[in-house]
Amino acid sequence: MRFLARRLGFYLLTAWAAVTLNFLIPRLMPGDPVELLVARMRDNVDPAAIDAMRRAFGISDASLWQQYLDYLGNLAHGELGRSITFFPTEVSTVIADSLPWTVGLVGVATLISYLVGTSLGVLMAWKRGTWLDGVLPAATFMHAVPYFWVALALVFVFGVTLQWFPVSRAYGLEVVPGFTGEFAASVLYHATLPAVTIVVASMADRILGMRNVMVTTLGEDYVVMAEAKGLTSRRVMWAYAARNAILPNITSFALSLGFVVGGSVLTEIVFSYPGIGSMLLKGVENEDFPLMQGIFLVISLAVLVANFLADLAYVVLDPRTRQEAQ
Amino acid sequence: MKIKIGVGILVFFALMALVGPLLIGADPAATSDDGLQGPSAAHWLGTTQTGQDILTQIVYGARISMGVGLLSAVIATVLAVAVGLVGGYFGGAIDETFSVLTNIFLVLPSLPLIIVLAGYLPQRGVASVAVVIAVTGWAWGARVLRAQTLSVRRRDFVAAARAGGEGPLRIIFFEILPVLLPVIATSFLATVVGAILAEAGLSFLGLADLSTVSWGSMLYFAQNGQALLIGAWWWFIPPGLCIALIGTGLALVNFGIDEIANPRLRTIKVRKARA
Repeated sequence: MRFLARRLGFYLLTAWAAVTLNFLIPRLMPGDPVELLVARMRDNVDPAAIDAMRRAFGISDASLWQQYLDYLGNLAHGELGRSITFFPTEVSTVIADSLPWTVGLVGVATLISYLVGTSLGVLMAWKRGTWLDGVLPAATFMHAVPYFWVALALVFVFGVTLQWFPVSRAYGLEVVPGFTGEFAASVLYHATLPAVTIVVASMADRILGMRNVMVTTLGEDYVVMAEAKGLTSRRVMWAYAARNAILPNITSFALSLGFVVGGSVLTEIVFSYPGIGSMLLKGVENEDFPLMQGIFLVISLAVLVANFLADLAYVVLDPRTRQEAQ
Repeated sequence: MKIKIGVGILVFFALMALVGPLLIGADPAATSDDGLQGPSAAHWLGTTQTGQDILTQIVYGARISMGVGLLSAVIATVLAVAVGLVGGYFGGAIDETFSVLTNIFLVLPSLPLIIVLAGYLPQRGVASVAVVIAVTGWAWGARVLRAQTLSVRRRDFVAAARAGGEGPLRIIFFEILPVLLPVIATSFLATVVGAILAEAGLSFLGLADLSTVSWGSMLYFAQNGQALLIGAWWWFIPPGLCIALIGTGLALVNFGIDEIANPRLRTIKVRKARA
């Protein structure tokens, strides 16, 4: 459990760093954007709203330290300020409306990509020297393909040319959101291409990573021993080799999550998917600084939570982390 | 073999960026009346909606895309070397602080951070975009270099240098750094791929300098010009393909180096008797 406590401590520290970074960026970037924004809005927006925004940013005549404390206080109450794009909606409301779409899409797609990619990596290492090696050059190519380009290609082939799948929105215009089968079907139908994009673009890393660790593991004495004992090859492959090879793979998966999330932001934008990636772009385009910052904070925290989940999986799979204390 | 193919791809693109514009000579932004032409003898890769030649744009775009990639990878690598080597050599509190900083930047999602930083930039020129990408992209290299420094600093020649009265900074940058050059080179190559991808993503969103032609901005204009709906595949396929090919080239070089270090990773011809 000491392992988990240490990791939790690190994530809390990182969360604090993300929060502080969020506080510092508007103050360190050239041109004092918040003041500019306030000046630009003065004519159109009532003073109370500007005051609220200043408060949310913690911009005041007080010392930097006092501003920082005020900012932390606001954050603790979940106050992220008001969005300028969707004025007067609270940033937290905008995020709450778009986050479920992203978590659903990216979560499911990442899980599929991880499971399929890792299994393929195991198989490719096991059947080294067969036709499966042909996947390697393809994976090397896919490993560097931009997410949004995969998205564009899928839109072109399956959306525009074949017209098999819709290429924008999260559900059809004609269905009413609710807990109905029709709505669920529409959501799944619309999520297909974005999800396939994320799976295809992120899977190559999992395949290559798992294959390389697995190939090294297959040379270990305990694998040779297991084979010599006459265990079935399936048992040797999964229970002896893959079980051990998966540990470094989980670590590298956790570290790649930030990259996957970044790619998903671009994917959402190509498909006009109503998640926080599309919202982030809207925020940047409209110089909606409160929205931008709120979304960055939420994305960072989500990645930290996902990392912690990966650590939990690590603890379940590696008994050594549990015995450390004894 | 892998390294040869990889280097071949990279040399091709380097030549394209360096010599290509001189050979073509045309202005990549020049418009013409031949809008949305498919590939033909006059326009090998077709034209955009405003009649710009796509091949010309690809060749000029190579300069910006690879230039930003290289520039920000250089900055990121300098940061990584400073943080990784100094932390790894000194150990103790300095190392703890640097490690935590590295790990924080490793976990924070870089593209959203780049987007937010770019959102605050008053002018999004090539150099400022490169700096923003570098600031978020140094952590991986720093982590690898720190681990390597930890093992190198225990070697005899470092002890000898210390006994000889060399200062710590001289030991780090003149004794340890040369030994780590291969590691620095690999991490540099990986950083270039990340930076080219990040630049492409940022330009695609319209958040980089759109007045210069880069592969990312080509994709931005293709998307905004409804290239997909019109069926103009020649407009968006080439830029993405170039990005992916450069990435493949760099990855092949890196994987090739891995295989030299760990021969088991190589693909083998002989079929082992496994079911």
